[in-house]
Amino acid sequence: MATFKEFRNNVKPNWCPGCGDFSVQAAIQRAAANIGLEPEQLAVISGIGCSGRISGYINAYGLHGIHGRALPIAQGVKLANRELTVIASGGDGDGFAIGMGHTVHAIRRNLDITYIVMDNQIYGLTKGQTSPRSAEGFKTKSTPEGSIENTLSPLEIALSAGATFVAQSFSSDLKQLTSLIEAGLKHKGFSLINVFSPCVTFNKVNTYDWFKENIVNLDQFPDYDPSNRIAAMNKIMETNGMLTGLIYQDKERKPYEDLVVGFKPEALAKQDLTLSREDFDKLLAEFK
Amino acid sequence: MISQLSWKIGGQQGEGVESTDRIFSTALNRLGYYLYGYRHFSSRIKGGHTNNKIRISTKPIRAISDDLDILVAFDQESIDLNAKELRSGGVIVADAKFSPTVPEGIEARLFAVPITAIAEELGTSLMKNMVASGASWALLGLPLEVFNKAVEEEFGRKGPAVVEKNVEAVKRGAEFILEQAGGPLEEFRLEEADGKQKLFMIGNEALGLGAIAAGCRLMSAYPITPASEIMEYLIKKLPKFGGTVVQTEDEIAAATMAIGANYAGVRTMTASAGPGLSLMMEAIGLSGMTETPLVIIDTQRGGPSTGLPTKQEQSDINALIYGTHGEIPKVVIAPSTIEECFYDMIEAFNVAETYQVPVIVATDLQLSLGKQSCEPLDYEKIVIERGKLQTGELPPLEEHKMFKRYEFTEDGISPRVLPGAKYGIHHVTGVEHDQEGRPSESAANRKLMMEKRLGKLRSLRIRDAIKADAPSEAPDLLIVAMGSTGGTIDEARTRLAAEGITTNHVTVRQLHPFPSDLVEPYLKQAKKVVVLENNATAQLANLIKQNVGYHDKIESLLKYDGTPFLPHEIEKACKEMK
Ligand SMILES: Cc1ncc(C[n+]2csc(CCOP(=O)(O)OP(=O)(O)O)c2C)c(N)n1
Ligand code: SF4
Repeated sequence: MATFKEFRNNVKPNWCPGCGDFSVQAAIQRAAANIGLEPEQLAVISGIGCSGRISGYINAYGLHGIHGRALPIAQGVKLANRELTVIASGGDGDGFAIGMGHTVHAIRRNLDITYIVMDNQIYGLTKGQTSPRSAEGFKTKSTPEGSIENTLSPLEIALSAGATFVAQSFSSDLKQLTSLIEAGLKHKGFSLINVFSPCVTFNKVNTYDWFKENIVNLDQFPDYDPSNRIAAMNKIMETNGMLTGLIYQDKERKPYEDLVVGFKPEALAKQDLTLSREDFDKLLAEFK
Repeated sequence: MISQLSWKIGGQQGEGVESTDRIFSTALNRLGYYLYGYRHFSSRIKGGHTNNKIRISTKPIRAISDDLDILVAFDQESIDLNAKELRSGGVIVADAKFSPTVPEGIEARLFAVPITAIAEELGTSLMKNMVASGASWALLGLPLEVFNKAVEEEFGRKGPAVVEKNVEAVKRGAEFILEQAGGPLEEFRLEEADGKQKLFMIGNEALGLGAIAAGCRLMSAYPITPASEIMEYLIKKLPKFGGTVVQTEDEIAAATMAIGANYAGVRTMTASAGPGLSLMMEAIGLSGMTETPLVIIDTQRGGPSTGLPTKQEQSDINALIYGTHGEIPKVVIAPSTIEECFYDMIEAFNVAETYQVPVIVATDLQLSLGKQSCEPLDYEKIVIERGKLQTGELPPLEEHKMFKRYEFTEDGISPRVLPGAKYGIHHVTGVEHDQEGRPSESAANRKLMMEKRLGKLRSLRIRDAIKADAPSEAPDLLIVAMGSTGGTIDEARTRLAAEGITTNHVTVRQLHPFPSDLVEPYLKQAKKVVVLENNATAQLANLIKQNVGYHDKIESLLKYDGTPFLPHEIEKACKEMK
């Protein structure tokens, strides 16, 4: 069985020292090893941004696509080969601005993939503009007088779009992050894991210390029941979206792949492409 | 006896125009006639004038006719709008309900048949279509048993009572008109057809069928006119072959999902029209840059913006070729007949996988939606080629080495592995990359990679990259065109020949990379060249000038009012240009 070291390659990340994304990379590598995957069984599909580089830093099949489109690409991969474990990943701009349409629809489609968002409340790669996750009043290069738009709550959106797995974590809490990714990978259906992953270079407000002060860990509430959707929504609102842990999971709903008429349990990519003469004749007969 | 005839049915959208046309033409197909249809419709579901025209012939035909023999009208508007198309001596069969009149200056025989009244008498006005088609059929003096058989098939699953009612409606329509006309009209008596039932379908169905034959098992798409029938056909058929169609949230998702699925090894396509194609541009670039196969169908319609969504145009040529930013290898194929729609899909998937490039199959609205007879399709011609796809076991990799997915090779095409393969791990990125797929900004690597990618298609020629019908060694005119216009051009050419004007005809099927070497000899020998296309800015002509030259010989015949060319328009223009 592969160890987490086998999920490493020798590519040196070009992230700034201290960037939250390093821990996300490590957590994915550990979680993949912990659930017994071999590197070739994993495909990591990422968007564009500092965070999007992650697919190049893990020894697994990786595709670094275009800005905001990690999810449709990842869904295509899963449809073609459902035997693969598929992770989609990217930044908050990638998933909640340019790619928001795909995020909502991937959630409602519910293919069995795990979506890990590195949420740093800012655009890192383009050097510090506001993101839909930035707080009102947040000053950036594109909002010199402070952002005047409301902050988006991806957790609330995910729940209302019918998400079957919603979790949130923090780069500094490698243990929780790893276990949530493991749970997401094991979940049969779409899992959203939003990770507070500080940008040490451009975001001087939402720092590691700021998160430590403001985060509410669900472990504090032993009675919290993640199968209760209403309670989950309440908790998100109560904590102003700052909670971490497994927020909601629906273990009943079947993933998309199981509902597609005619879909077989083995990978479509491994099936025979040829059309028999008999089937060909049958298809033609309908046009006579 | 005549060898061909044109028939049209008009009414309000949602009033049974489509179904009347369907039953009437299905029955004609049973008798072995060649058929070619044209739909006039708007982007509304109910209401608004719509009409379907079919040409019926004992010989192959691929064009709508200049005029009309029989017009079936459900309302006066249909008469007012279409009567001018009738040839003198033509016939109007109209519903007596609206007290039809023949517009001034039109010489046509009018038969007012109580279409609605008969249908209502039999139980429901829904059967108007049966009364109308029965009346048309009888007027042509065609055997009623064949028609009834088609009715039986259409309604069989609804039970014998429904079949009986509809057969009765047909009979009543037929009886009424025969009495009024005093028997079938001799001048409309068609020569007997060969009795061989043809395939009868629209281009979109042929494309879908071709995709299945090509091994396409997934489609991701967003509905749009005139492409939706492709996804609608495939969602009915693909489950039987283990695949499916996903209706995505937009065309960006459709194209990128198709890229993901192709990357993971399933032949996957998407289909759209102009607006969707515009949204797919960045994805097409990703496919080109990452050398991931991708097949896209663009059913061209009237642009720009929402344009004329239900009308004919061939104005996406520039967008198809130049639309993406940066420089990628890309193939654009334009089928020109219904049979080519089928075979070109197989070619498209083979080229996409062999060369690891995006391939766009571009039709136009008339080719996609015109229902027509199709020659038998040959099972033996279905060949699947997957190029350098490695499916066997791979040798172990050295530590921290990845599979060289972008290895430099003589032909520029690198071995490809699918995710899941042991020892095949590599990285794929739209960022410039090295042979293992790692991002690289090295100038030397950049140069080599650009040359590798762009060099892959240098000598690509699809099967029949052009089609030439060139009987003359030095023709007065060479007509060059693409897409659905070919049949109309050939009809005009026959007339021109009768008037002593010699013409050759070249159809460009591979629009990009442009097959200059194949086109050039025909340009060279012609005295004059007419490039005919359904757009306003002569996109095909410019492509030819840019790639082949002969600027001084080339003139354009353009039509961009949303309707297809008619034979007499081409005939007239060619005579003037000669
Ligand atoms: C279509 C398109 N628009 C804009 C860009 C430029 N761009 C690249 S990454 C990015 C945003 C990065 O922010 P985020 O997604 O939050 O990722 P981070 O860099 O913070 O990890 C932008 C605007 C692009 N690559 N593509
Ligand atoms: S700019 Fe910010 S997000 Fe990007 S690598 Fe540096 S710290 Fe990380």
